[in-house]
Amino acid sequence: MSTSTLAPQDLKVVRGGWPSLAGGGVLAAVVVFLAAAPWFVFSPGDVTNLVTLFALIILGTTWNLMAGYGGLVSIGQQAFIGAGGYGVIKLADVVGLPVPVAVVAAGVVCAALAVPTSFLLFRLVGGYFAIGTWVVAEVFKLVTQELPGFGGGSGLSLTAFQGVDRVTRIATVYYLALGLAVLVVLATYLLMRSRLGLGLTAIRDDSVAAASLGVAVRRSQRIVYVAASGGAGLAGALIAVNGLRVSPDSMFSVQYTAFMIFIVVIGGLGTIEGPILGAVIFFALQQLLDAYGTWYLIALGAVAIAVVLLAPRGLWGLATRGRYEVFPVGHRVYPQASPQEAQSVDFGRDSR
Amino acid sequence: MTLLEVDAIDVSYGDFRALHGITLTVAEGETLAVIGANGAGKSTLLKTIAGLLRPSAGQIRFNGHNVSHTPAHRRVREGIALTPEGRRIFASLTVEENLKVGAYGRRPGPWNLATVYDAFPLLAEKRERRGAHLSGGEQQATAIGRALMANPKLLLLDEVSLGLAPVVIADIYKALPTITGKGTTVLVVEQDLTQALTVADRVQCLLEGRTVLEGAAAEVTREQVQAAYFGVDEQEAG
Amino acid sequence: MDWINAVLQGLLLGGQYALLACGLSLIFGVMRIVNLAHGVLAVAAAYLAFWLVQQTGMPSFLTIVVVIPVLAAVGYAIQRGLFNPALRHGELSPLLVSFGLAVIGANLLQEIFTADSRKISIGDLSTASVELGPLRLGVFSLITLVVAIGVIVGLQLYLSHTRTGRAMRATKDDPEAATLMGIDERHMYALATAIAIGTVALAGVFLGMSTQFSPTYGDLVLIFAFEAVIIGGLGSLWGTLLGGLVLGVAQTVGAQIDPAYGVLAGHLVFLVVLLFRPQGLLPKAVVA
Repeated sequence: MSTSTLAPQDLKVVRGGWPSLAGGGVLAAVVVFLAAAPWFVFSPGDVTNLVTLFALIILGTTWNLMAGYGGLVSIGQQAFIGAGGYGVIKLADVVGLPVPVAVVAAGVVCAALAVPTSFLLFRLVGGYFAIGTWVVAEVFKLVTQELPGFGGGSGLSLTAFQGVDRVTRIATVYYLALGLAVLVVLATYLLMRSRLGLGLTAIRDDSVAAASLGVAVRRSQRIVYVAASGGAGLAGALIAVNGLRVSPDSMFSVQYTAFMIFIVVIGGLGTIEGPILGAVIFFALQQLLDAYGTWYLIALGAVAIAVVLLAPRGLWGLATRGRYEVFPVGHRVYPQASPQEAQSVDFGRDSR
Repeated sequence: MTLLEVDAIDVSYGDFRALHGITLTVAEGETLAVIGANGAGKSTLLKTIAGLLRPSAGQIRFNGHNVSHTPAHRRVREGIALTPEGRRIFASLTVEENLKVGAYGRRPGPWNLATVYDAFPLLAEKRERRGAHLSGGEQQATAIGRALMANPKLLLLDEVSLGLAPVVIADIYKALPTITGKGTTVLVVEQDLTQALTVADRVQCLLEGRTVLEGAAAEVTREQVQAAYFGVDEQEAG
Repeated sequence: MDWINAVLQGLLLGGQYALLACGLSLIFGVMRIVNLAHGVLAVAAAYLAFWLVQQTGMPSFLTIVVVIPVLAAVGYAIQRGLFNPALRHGELSPLLVSFGLAVIGANLLQEIFTADSRKISIGDLSTASVELGPLRLGVFSLITLVVAIGVIVGLQLYLSHTRTGRAMRATKDDPEAATLMGIDERHMYALATAIAIGTVALAGVFLGMSTQFSPTYGDLVLIFAFEAVIIGGLGSLWGTLLGGLVLGVAQTVGAQIDPAYGVLAGHLVFLVVLLFRPQGLLPKAVVA
């Protein structure tokens, strides 16, 4: 890095620029395609599968928000996946809310549940926070099993869709899932561009230094934890209305955490694009290799370890070398004269 | 006989080059003081000799062979011991445990618990006290004692006087003749000129990562050293 | 009398939890790594013992002579090959790597041994008991508690009074300064993990002798071990013993109220401790 100094008027601050706009355009086209596709490309089975992909994108994006930006590794988000799944069924079948409203409401309920939970768990740091979240998930599961009206060990079925024809039902869930996935990704992007996002980036890079610069570390982390738990609740609700039934062992399974970690780590921790890429890769592998059962999971575990050790910025980081963002979160500073040739100084994107 | 030869080493932290082609030799049995202002690269030099940093160019020869690529923990076994900047006492260990850890490499030699306590009587009284509860002077004495327990041929002392009261500094430097008397070669980095010129046989002055003055301690004048220290041209200074 | 019995049985169960937890405590104490593969390794040790008994017909207790060294070697290799490189990327990486290991381990066990539940036979010992007035104490549980206390005392003595134990504590305090003492930090970390996983192996074999286990049983082991460590207080091996005992009592007393509440009661006690005494019951009373 050259040590010559430039006056502020010589500098141009760029966020994204046309390459990011182009990337965003491609992504928007994909979304439009996905919105149109059910009518001429996919079978109903594919459509149901795609809902799983959208749920995985939500899970990956929100887990990354927490771990990649907030520095909070939770291995207990299945608490909120389960709560969202059970919640949507209660809200639709018992309270009588329309299913789409019930799904969103389930997410809100999970975010609300995360507030008191955070006060308990934030007494732990690092790895101990991680296992603490798992204990909380186990408590959620055991309590759900014991509560009257929650079906004990066998669970509940969704009845709100009874009388609705299959195509309408599948289409409703599909568009709901696609819409929520887009919304969650955009909301995360806007959050990261905000003042809070800047603080979170600082926390990710060095939480002690961030605190000394006046970033309210604990408060920022709490906001992120609550938001991410709301996201997990949304995903859980989508999984429940897609599968039409929930049971404690499946909804509160730590397997979901394994999936989230793979998605984020393989895609790229601490980027917005990474979890989307990771979810697509994970989903494709799952469709292709699910028949191999345990070997498939063993391979996933091995790949995740390899990525952590050899490409800690994930496949997105490996592919772009941190120079390209579809979702420009950071700022780049160029000397006025010629942005192409000049060395850019990178703010926001880390250099760990 | 030459014990340590540092031959034209460059050392960088990321993009910042801290040492530019430093060359330095220490003969067996002598005491060399490396002096210079803050940021002159003195601590970097000692860390590189001890193996905590790797030179990007140049070579370090100890006892006749190249140790440039030997990891720090093995250099200790070859006979290089460093009392690092900031003392770095093991906080949860007692003074005696700190000293025993110093002997981890089990090199034979004159130094053991008894001789260290002889050289630093204040440590004998505090032997059961944990590192976290020691005063600055006690920590420095423990750090030197701990390094001696490794029975080094070459003892590297980094900023012994930093942050200590003059009377405490004098107390610690009192032990230096005992140390050299047992045949240990000493390379001391010091900001305190008076101390450095008193204890050293030879001085070498660094400025911004380069050697600017070298000579026998008895021959260089304070004025010369001060000029070199602050990077003032000799004519201007004179 | 039922309640007194529940508390006593809980103390005995707690011995098992303490034995399972001390390895977790040691690894965290020395390297600040939370090893999420802890439970899987304990279960793997149980499977290895089970397999040895089945294949060679060797007496169940004798298997520890093989299982402990094998698992300790695995621990050394994991630290050298995976955790040490991961530590260079920050504190998140070892956690993620250990999670990957846990997933791999549980699925490998399932592939090799199927999902069926197993138990290591110890013959009459599993039902043998001593009578204490109206109370009956299982002999095997008593042995487990004694072994747990023995392991913790042994670890304490090792850390306080041996050359390597002191070097381990020094490395914990300041890894770079430790290298200046001639200590190879990577080897020292691997040694700590080897010892920790060795204790996990012992705990796993005892676990396999007292309960039915399956490949996914490691999840519960990890959670219980973790609860014992936190209840007792981070960084204290005696705290871990106390934590294990408290957790055991909470579970048996909970189960006395309603069999379905046993595990839940343990979790709730953990959360209550977290709420009112987050530093644990015996924080940092001793080094390690």
